Order: sequence, then C-alpha cells, then structure tokens
Amino acid sequence: MLDALGEPQSVLVLGGTSEIALATIKEMPRHRLRRVLLAGRPSESLDAAVAQLKALNIAGVEPIEFDAKNTDTHGAIIDAAFDASDIDVVILAFGVLGDQMTAEEDPSHAVEIATVNYTGSVSAGLHVARRLKNQGHGTLVVLSSVAGDRARRSNFVYGSTKAGLDAFAQGLDASLEKTGAHVLIVRPGFVRTRMTSHLPEAPMTTNPEDVAKIIVTALKKGKSTVYAPGPLRFVMAGLKTLPKPLFRKLPS
Amino acid sequence: MSEAVATQLSGWGRTTPTVAQLVEANSPSQIANLITQSSSRGVLARGLGRSYGDAAQSGGATVVDMTTMTDFSLNPENMSVTADAGASIDNILREIVPRGFFVPVSAGTRIITVGGAIAADVHGKNHHRDGSFGAHVTEMVIINGRGEQLTLTPENPQFWATIGGMGLTGIITSATFTVIPIQSSYISVDTERLKDLESIMSSMLERDHEYRYTVAWIDSVSPSGRGVITRGDHATIAQCDSEGIKNPESYDPKKIASAPGLVPPVLLNKLSVRAFNEGWYRKHPRSRTGELQRIGAFFHPLDGVHDWNRIYGPRGFLQYQFQVPDSASDLIGVVLNKLREIGAPSFLTVLKRFGPGNQAPLSFPQSGWTLAADLPAGISELGRTLDQLDELISAVGGRLYLAKDSRQSPANFARTYPRLDEWRGIRDTMDPNHVFASDLSRRLEI
Repeated sequence: MLDALGEPQSVLVLGGTSEIALATIKEMPRHRLRRVLLAGRPSESLDAAVAQLKALNIAGVEPIEFDAKNTDTHGAIIDAAFDASDIDVVILAFGVLGDQMTAEEDPSHAVEIATVNYTGSVSAGLHVARRLKNQGHGTLVVLSSVAGDRARRSNFVYGSTKAGLDAFAQGLDASLEKTGAHVLIVRPGFVRTRMTSHLPEAPMTTNPEDVAKIIVTALKKGKSTVYAPGPLRFVMAGLKTLPKPLFRKLPS
Repeated sequence: MSEAVATQLSGWGRTTPTVAQLVEANSPSQIANLITQSSSRGVLARGLGRSYGDAAQSGGATVVDMTTMTDFSLNPENMSVTADAGASIDNILREIVPRGFFVPVSAGTRIITVGGAIAADVHGKNHHRDGSFGAHVTEMVIINGRGEQLTLTPENPQFWATIGGMGLTGIITSATFTVIPIQSSYISVDTERLKDLESIMSSMLERDHEYRYTVAWIDSVSPSGRGVITRGDHATIAQCDSEGIKNPESYDPKKIASAPGLVPPVLLNKLSVRAFNEGWYRKHPRSRTGELQRIGAFFHPLDGVHDWNRIYGPRGFLQYQFQVPDSASDLIGVVLNKLREIGAPSFLTVLKRFGPGNQAPLSFPQSGWTLAADLPAGISELGRTLDQLDELISAVGGRLYLAKDSRQSPANFARTYPRLDEWRGIRDTMDPNHVFASDLSRRLEI
C-alpha cells in the first residue's frame, strides 16, 4: 500500500533490466519498499539488476520469469505477482529499439519490434489493469517515447510501436477512471542507455536518473502524462504541428 | 438488499484514496451474508471516516457503511447506553446530555460511531483517570469471519481483541457502554498559559489528577514550546446558577462555519501557522478559573467547522500521534524541535497525559505522555524525518496510534505492539481466513 506521503511499498517491473525502471526504484524511498519484482527473461543482466538493488539494501527484491513475446503466459505471471500481495506501482518498461534499416529490408525484424513493444505491452498492460482494478488502487507506469509523437524517417518502425502503445495507454487510463487504478504515461526524449549507446545524442538528452526523478514526482502528484525532460512537451507540441515539408527537412 | 457501489474512500487526512464496493448496512443477517459471500479482497466496516489514515478503507473490498444502522437507547437506571455500531456519539449526546448523562470518554470529535470508538479504542481528555472507551464497554455483539454472531463481554479474550482491533476481528453490530451522570451541559474550565514546555509538563504532572479532563495545546512554532493547559470538570447546577445560566441542561451544538472547498496551499504555510499559533496563545489569559464552557466548545471545538480537513489542500495531511512512557518524557521536546526544524507547520499540537492502559492487546494508550501534531503531507523530508522519530519512540517503548497512522513501517508497528502475536492468535479464532482487511492491515501486514 502507498503510505500517506505517496511512497510505495511494492513495485513490479516488466522489463526488469530497464535502466530507467531501475533508476526509478532507486529514486523511491528505500526504507519504505518491501517487495520489488523484476520480471524479464532469465539472463545475466537480470541477475545483475537484482544484485544491484539488493546491494542497496532494498528489501524483497526478486526476479520473475517473463517474456514480453510470450503473451499466453502473461496472465498467469501477473496473477501470481498480485496474488502474493498488492502492488502499488507497475512499470511497463520492456521494449526494443531495433534497427530501422534492417527492419525495412527484413520486415520480420519490424514484426519483432512491433511484437515486443506493442503486442506484448497491450497484453501485459491489460492483465495488469485487471488486477489494479481488482485491488482498487495502484498505478501502471508506461514508458512511451517522444518517437511516438510524430513518425520520423529515421526510426518510424520503433516510433509507430510507441505511438500505438501511447494511444493504448491513454485509452487504458480512461477505462480505469473511478476504479482507483491509474496510468502514468512517460514520454522520454533521448536517454543515455544501453539501447541508445550506439546512436549520436539528440538535443535535450537526459540520463535514466533524470527520467526516474520525473517519474517519482509524477507518481506522487498523480499525473497522467509527463515528458522527460519536462520542456520536451512544448518542443513536441511544436514539432507535431510543423508542416510536413519543414518537418522532413529537420536533421534526423 | 442495497447495491454495492464502487466508491473512492479515504481517511480524514485525505491522503491515499482507494476504491471499494460500498454497501449500506441494513441488518445483522445482511452483514453476515456479505461476510460469507465476500471476494478475496475481503470485508471491512466503516463508520464516519474520522480515522486519519487508511484504517477505514480497503481497496477492492466490500466496505460496509455502518452509518445506516443508528438506533440507540439510554437506560437511566443502570446508567448505560445500548447502541447500534453505526450510531454516532453526536446523536447519542444530543439525546442523553439533556437527560443528565455523558459518554464515559469523548474523543476530540463527536462525529464518530460507537463501532469506531471501540475499534480504535479512542481516548479523551480524561484518559489519565478513566482510561479509554473500551474500558467502559460492557457488552458487544459482533459478526465474525464465519458470519456467526457472537455476544462478547469483558470475560472473553475476543472482546479485548476487538477493542483497539481496528475492525479486523469482525463487524460490531451493537454495543452497550456505561455513561456518567452530569448536572449540566457545561464544563467548568481552568486555563493556565505557560511560557515553555518544561513548565507545561511539570504543571500537568503535578495537577492533572485534580481534574477529570485536561489537555495542553502547544505552540509548535515557538522554540520554547509554550502553550496553554485547559482543565475542567462537569459544572454543577450551583455553578451554572451562580453564572446566571438558564437551562443548564440544554445541549444543541451547531456547525458555525464550513471550510472552503479549495484553499490555495499558500494560505497554509509557516507564516499563517505562526500567526495562528501566536494569536491562539495570546487569546488565552495567563490564568483563569471556573470559566463555564459548553460541552461542544470544550471537547469538540473543530466539529464547529464543517470539513475542516479540506484546508490542507489536495495532498491532504496526516496526524502524527505517539505515546512515550514517563521515563522518556524528553522525547516530547525532541519531536517538537525536529518538526520545527523541517518547517512542518502544525496548527494543532496537543499534549496529554495518559493513565494506565487496558488489557486490549492492540489498545494504544499506555502510562506516560502522548503528543499529536497535524502535518501537511506535502512537506519534503517529512517521510524520512518521521521514520527517524519512529525509531526514537520505539526505542523507549513508545508507539503510534493506529487510528492516526498512515505511514509507519510494518516493522515499526510489530516492534511497538509487542502483544501483536497474541492478538493474531485470537483474531485467527474469530477470522481464520482473514476476511476482514483494510488498507491499514495490508500496509502494516497485520
């Protein structure tokens, strides 16, 4: 249960190795956390994520086996996590960037990106929403992206999956009105992570820790959409309305 | 049978709402059915929602609104009241005060139910001599986790597990408690304004036993911890006559104001709290004796302002109330200093001496001191600071009041209520499947 100051006791991360999700957990008051579940495919990096949080004396850190593409298994995995005790915050953090050029040449790569980022999220998101609604409280944090705000030549396959996810999350939030459950949509810009380490940095680049601070503040304030960094909201509002010829001339 | 309605519920502090299926209570058999047919989220009784934290809410559960069952009757011969659990102390007082009786224990608000008073084992300004509400209950009827109706008296361990049991042993449907005779609806009040915390505490130690009711208000902004002690006893007819009061038995407290729905947070800040505290301190004379105050003004001053909890804005507030034994009385000053350091503005900081506790395993009061401070939830560093204070308090055998708590850790709770396991044992005989659950019981892993 959240306490009176909005500090969570239990968190489930779907995509347990996500640097933004791990930074978010580190940003939460550690003394309050009782249970932190990191869901992902069994791997060294998942074990390392568990070890990293345990080393900070965070209580109840456990890995659970979860594969975004195996949507048939989502229901049972999410039910098991909620059956043990209420979950205050679920972070839907899995996703792949993929490679745009490969995807264009080999559509099966595009399908892979879409399956993980969109299909997997829709499946897991609906199962989580069902349980949050049942317990009458809790927030699903959805890591969207500014890439979904307007499709760009350089990464439109990834961008379109995030656009779909974002629209899904907005509707899911509406469906949860008056149930006590909420959705927080987070739209980061370029974040320095493993996923982006091979790419040139964009303007307004942030670190996972910066995004984490924005998420934790937004959770306390009960917001439903945040950009990271915050001013990106205005940049994206401008970009979305920019005439096509101008938009396409922007450096990608 | 009334329909369940998905309803957002929170405590008086309005901090962490959750949504439950709210059902109006209409009979013991209906309540028994709700219990036996409950979902895995469980069942919880709710009264008038005056507990500050998450004790009377339960996300996803069936929450039974008890305030629809409100019958009660006074038995003047054996000086007792038998009431439905949902009957309010407010309505009971309106009936019994003009007939010359008063409740044995009155909390800081009369807008509470009899069931809530038992479940939280509330205390009042007379705890130092009369104990808490549960000590005056002679019988109660409760529906346990199997849907069975039990009649409990002080000989039953289940009776004491229910007193202070925060609604987790069953749903109380009715109870009988003793009342005390009074001659008038007035209190004869002596006021003493003192310049520092030390003088306040020594005066309370020396003179509290001379009065039935005493409490001190502390100026939380002033570094000296200055404040005002008010002490009183029920006024006699003779006292009322000498003051020229007509109809000394009349009793009709009214709401005098309503707090605005939205107060800009800027109104509630260190400056406004400082101004309020200064004014409140100056308002009281250095010393005054025999002032006659109405029951409402003396016991329930805030009940005159409808929805006063809204002044803390959308983030809500919490009340930090703890108890420490006499051997650790210095902690009162330590806590006041710490809250002042982080700039936690509190209008209402109240200090009170407790007499001995009762035999209920989860009852809060124990001999010593109790301090309560209202704090806005939005203050940065509040969580960490209160956790540090919890440590200091638990180290000396003190603890927090569950009816006020909204943030302590499960470990702190278990450490400070050493009879928790004994209570759990009794609870398991009444509710083996833990049908009764609240957000508080989930948060504290009770």
